[in-house]
Amino acid sequence: MIIMKDIVKTYLTGQIKFQALKGIDLHVKKGEFIAIVGPSGSGKSTLMNIAGCLDVPSEGEYLLDGRLVNELTANQLAEIRNRKVGFVFQAFNLLPYATAYENIEVPLLFAGINRRARKERITQLLGQVGLADKAANKPTEMSGGEMQRVAIARALANEPDIILADEPTGNLDSKSGQQIVNIFQELWKLGKTVLIITHDMNIAERVERIVKLKDGLIDNNHNPL
Amino acid sequence: MYLTIIINVFVRDFRKQKKRITLTLLALAWGTISIMLLLAFGEGLHRQMNINQKGMGENIGVMWAGQTTKAYQGMGKGRRIWLYKEDPEFLAAQIPEIAVIGGEYTRWGQQVKYKDEILDEHITGIPPCYKQIRNHIPQRGGRMINQIDMDEKRRVTFLGSDIKNRLFIDEDAVGKQILINNIPFTVIGVMVDKMQMSNYEGMDEDAVAIPATTFKAIFGDRYLDYIVYKPHDPESMPAIEKKIYQTMSAKYRFDPTDDRAISIWDTVSGSKEFDNIMIGIKMFLGIIGFLTLLTAGVGVANIMYVSIKERTREIGIKMAVGAKKSLILYQFLLEALLITFVGGGLGMSVSYILTEGFKRVPLDNPIMELMGRPTISFEIGLVVIIILGIMGLLSGIFPAMRAASTNPVESLRYE
Repeated sequence: MIIMKDIVKTYLTGQIKFQALKGIDLHVKKGEFIAIVGPSGSGKSTLMNIAGCLDVPSEGEYLLDGRLVNELTANQLAEIRNRKVGFVFQAFNLLPYATAYENIEVPLLFAGINRRARKERITQLLGQVGLADKAANKPTEMSGGEMQRVAIARALANEPDIILADEPTGNLDSKSGQQIVNIFQELWKLGKTVLIITHDMNIAERVERIVKLKDGLIDNNHNPL
Repeated sequence: MYLTIIINVFVRDFRKQKKRITLTLLALAWGTISIMLLLAFGEGLHRQMNINQKGMGENIGVMWAGQTTKAYQGMGKGRRIWLYKEDPEFLAAQIPEIAVIGGEYTRWGQQVKYKDEILDEHITGIPPCYKQIRNHIPQRGGRMINQIDMDEKRRVTFLGSDIKNRLFIDEDAVGKQILINNIPFTVIGVMVDKMQMSNYEGMDEDAVAIPATTFKAIFGDRYLDYIVYKPHDPESMPAIEKKIYQTMSAKYRFDPTDDRAISIWDTVSGSKEFDNIMIGIKMFLGIIGFLTLLTAGVGVANIMYVSIKERTREIGIKMAVGAKKSLILYQFLLEALLITFVGGGLGMSVSYILTEGFKRVPLDNPIMELMGRPTISFEIGLVVIIILGIMGLLSGIFPAMRAASTNPVESLRYE
């Protein structure tokens, strides 16, 4: 599903070049549950952004479902982000002025789904993440755990194959964090490919495979199960 | 639904930056009011000037005689040419393009008396056709000089509205007798109030008009002072003028190119020039208004830039869940247009209310009589809407392009 060959990502800050990724080779099979761990600045988020087509590699090849991402246009990348990939962020990244319902609706709108189908889908998603009664709440009226569940529902809106989560439990208490991890595990059992960046050992213990990054390179591969 | 989100965003922004958006809306409304009112005043002035100009008569030619300035067939220059009372009829017969024609006598400094009021006034001897060519329209209850007055050389008079007021003050004039050089005349009518910008011999509102035949009988004038004519088609004025020179020069033997022997004032070409001057004035007013509006437009662009900076994260989120660049572009463009049209609409409504208010102010002082009432025409509305549209687009497109070109990764990191 995901094939990365010698991926390099270089950022240019003024005159200074900074290499966030120095040559990543990564294969992820469909339906895998992977945790990406590593110290800050090791390139986890950069890897995640490239995997989710939010960013493009400076060098190397990235094949997503057999398509060479390097060659896609901005609109094609937007389409992949809309339909194939679902993002979950540490800071939730919900639209502050919109209700839970409206936040989940955004990717459906971009996908051009009609009003009735949207309503059906959003109701189903809210039920799936246990927030059926919070549809009309705005982010300010929800707890961190609830916000993250809205964000997951949003990520799932267009039934993507891949779920990418960047420290999804980083801003949550352990109980809420546990609920979120349970949801990810269920998604994996339903056949989704799940990649989670985390420092949380609770998550790391429950995944199929851990990818450890250090200084922009993959450190070692091991299987905790 | 997407529109709802845009509106939601707009409402949220409005709440967050009430002051700034309110000020921008006010600036836009003010700019719109400026341009609307300036154009409306221009339009009102134009219309009023047109009315005033037509007070003398619409599309007419005025002819008077002078001295020759060119030698002709053995006669030296400086010879006096005269117009005779038969000339209007003669010209009408010779030149079929002329629809109506009449000759006029005039004298200044004649004594006019009613009761104890004695005035030194301007008397004109006119034919009945002045009702058509010179707009000598009687007020209710009166009438204009007619053919019977002419045929019988009746001692009747048709007064200008101003002289009527000076002689009679509040009294009704029709049917009363006045004395002109101690000869009694009966007032048969008073002219309607008439705004007049120009005339060849004083203002009509000050004139005491009597039948041309009576004038000739009393004052004994041998020559007409003016001949006034109106063509069937205003476009034929130059052709008529040429024919007048041909026939009159043949009749009175002067050089047909001698435009001092007989002078002609063609008000048709005059009104064209006048229209051009008015277009110039309106353009000038429009440019001032446009510049005011432009300042407001810069305000809109400014607020859009600021709002994009504040919403960098939101743009990043939308891009992360699959928004294409074009979508971001449209959203910000639409917002700029929304602000522009809400502000513009506000300004247009206020301008409309103001001009409607002006319509209720009576035109009874000299300044208002000259300026007219500001009038919003369909064209003004259209011009302002087009300007607002272009401005909204321009002030929106650059910030929107900037928003659409943001890097989603950096935007998401933006705090």
